Amino acid sequence: MKNKRAFFVIPYVGWMTLFVVAPIIIVAVYAFTTAGGEFTLDNFSRMGTYASVFLRSFELAIIATLICLLIGYPLAYVMAKEGPRFQRIAMVLIMLPMWMNFLLRTYAWMSLLENNGLINQAFSALGIVDLSNAINGGLNSFCAWLNSGLLEWVNGLLGSDFVLNTARPTDQTFIRMLFTQGAVVLGMVYNYLPFMVLPIYSVLVKMDNSLVEAARDLGANTSCVFRRVIFPLSLPGVLSGVTMVFVPAVSTFAISKMLGGGTQLMLGDLIEMLFMGSAYNPNLGAAISIVMMLIVVICMWVMNRFGEGEEQAVIL
Amino acid sequence: MSKELIRLVNCSMAFDDELVLDNINLYINDSEFLTLLGPSGCGKTTTLRIIGGFTTPTAGEVLFDGVRINDVPPHLRQVNTVFQRYALFPHLNVFENVAFGLRIPKAEEGGDAEGKKKKKVKIPEREIKERVMEMLEVVSLKGFEHRHITELSGGQQQRVAIARALVNRPKVLLLDEPLGALDLRLRKDMQNELKRIQQQMGITFIYVTHDQEEALAMSDTIVVMDQGKIQQIGRPEDIYNEPKNAFVADFIGESNILDGIMHEDYVVEFFNRKFKCLDKGFAPMAPVDVVIRPEDIDIVPEAEGQLKGTVTSVTFKGVHYDTIVDFKGFKWLIQTTDFHPVGETIGIILNPDDIHIMHKSQYSGMFGDYSSYSEEYDEMDDVTLLDEEDEDEEDERHEE
Repeated sequence: MKNKRAFFVIPYVGWMTLFVVAPIIIVAVYAFTTAGGEFTLDNFSRMGTYASVFLRSFELAIIATLICLLIGYPLAYVMAKEGPRFQRIAMVLIMLPMWMNFLLRTYAWMSLLENNGLINQAFSALGIVDLSNAINGGLNSFCAWLNSGLLEWVNGLLGSDFVLNTARPTDQTFIRMLFTQGAVVLGMVYNYLPFMVLPIYSVLVKMDNSLVEAARDLGANTSCVFRRVIFPLSLPGVLSGVTMVFVPAVSTFAISKMLGGGTQLMLGDLIEMLFMGSAYNPNLGAAISIVMMLIVVICMWVMNRFGEGEEQAVIL
Repeated sequence: MSKELIRLVNCSMAFDDELVLDNINLYINDSEFLTLLGPSGCGKTTTLRIIGGFTTPTAGEVLFDGVRINDVPPHLRQVNTVFQRYALFPHLNVFENVAFGLRIPKAEEGGDAEGKKKKKVKIPEREIKERVMEMLEVVSLKGFEHRHITELSGGQQQRVAIARALVNRPKVLLLDEPLGALDLRLRKDMQNELKRIQQQMGITFIYVTHDQEEALAMSDTIVVMDQGKIQQIGRPEDIYNEPKNAFVADFIGESNILDGIMHEDYVVEFFNRKFKCLDKGFAPMAPVDVVIRPEDIDIVPEAEGQLKGTVTSVTFKGVHYDTIVDFKGFKWLIQTTDFHPVGETIGIILNPDDIHIMHKSQYSGMFGDYSSYSEEYDEMDDVTLLDEEDEDEEDERHEE
């Protein structure tokens, strides 16, 4: 019996070996060799140069993941509580963007966020651009006042030279949105939100309602029930949602390239450049990939420790 | 004499136009063990949920200590529940499950006047520990406090659920078929355990079950329910010995139920023969239901019997034989320690105190014949639909 069952696994094991395990080994080999094929640790020692890229990648991915969680959890919660009709409609709305091509979606955002794109046109029509100029002007004079007053005194006291920015633009004709960090985060949230909502929803919808009743019976009000029963029990869903958003977000390159416009270089872009582009150096690219993988694995491992309990949703 | 604690006044409950509870009137005394007994769908769990605050009756009032509590949410009621499937928190261990209610800051007692500033008070950690350990001892689970819920057997989980509810020192403990998931042996043990805990703590237990043996064994008061109505309220002995209608007689224990006519006080006729009985106060020649418990019937040689019948089946039950006897087409169940083979013709004698007389009700003719699925049974079923005359004062409670 056992042998027979093992037989069915062979195709998958073969596939995995050929297309997952072997490539990882090849990447590792590349990472530890020079272009000529000799062993070296050079690729790793040069990693420090790219610390800012690592930092930015993880920072943006973490921000995007948090925003997804803050938007996704309440949505999943409401969906799980509502009737099947609401659930069906909400599910379609969540999935709808995913049925569209990824590039198309992102191009659409590009033209929306453009300096004279739809959103900016609406903003100037509504006077938001002017408002922003006015606010910037106000902030500038307030900062100038602080610089000449309070900060001067502080600097004199500490011997430091803190100066606040007084050069915020006050003559904008549009608000710059495209090619900013915000645009990259927006693109990540937009693309990965469903991956946060769905696992949380599936945990919440399966939760035994008698647990909620038991908590209320024991004296917990609504917020207490949520804090002490519903949220802890939904953690497996939260963890797998976080994983499913964070991992692709940290390694994305298309989103940062299209919405960040090269000003927001992320790990994905860097690796792409090293393998395919101008700065051709696959050995270094392989090393960066390995380091990124390790950091992600460590992050996930730490997270799963937090999730304790034996029913971990995602174990890498 | 104990004082009244909870009262349901004209409570009705409807889900999507379906009446689940039909005008329930019931009061529950302090420190009593009251059982809501009935088949599934009779409204017993709904009644319990109304008392617990999980459902609000569509009509009627719920009073607790004389105060209307219809709109008081569950977390503000002095009532705790042991749920059917325990509903233990899987992310907490035994200790934390039991401590759950204690860790929630409570509005200070004494400042109970509504609208006043309620100061939330936290119970100090030492007291929590003391009370949890004390309660674990009451339910015989000392030493299990660090166990995970998933590592416990059904009976142990049951005890945790009871401890978790009782540790809050509620005035009333609600139990929704708490022993349903346990095997027979464990169930018997837990019955004794529950009764012991109830007496030890001296609080009110409201217990929901469909198991009549359980109800008889544990309760001070039994409320028999069917179709959203209370059929009878009384002490276990009263319910067993003086069932109010055919449903109660059949649901509590085994009963042979026959059509009879009350000729005068103390004289009833059935099978064209007059018998002496102990009941009175019926209208002359009133049609009645006659209940004869299978264990009350004495089998005698054919010639000496008041009635004669033929044995059609015998089943050995350990202590006794379940003997089915055919009396002119109506089959009786007789429980006797003597063996009478199939085909034997026997006589029976009925003493006056073996015969219980009930008013006719909507249930007349539906129960009490042991020739299951025979043609006569179906015929009788049809007949009863015609005489649904009196659903007599079913909301009234026996005074005892």
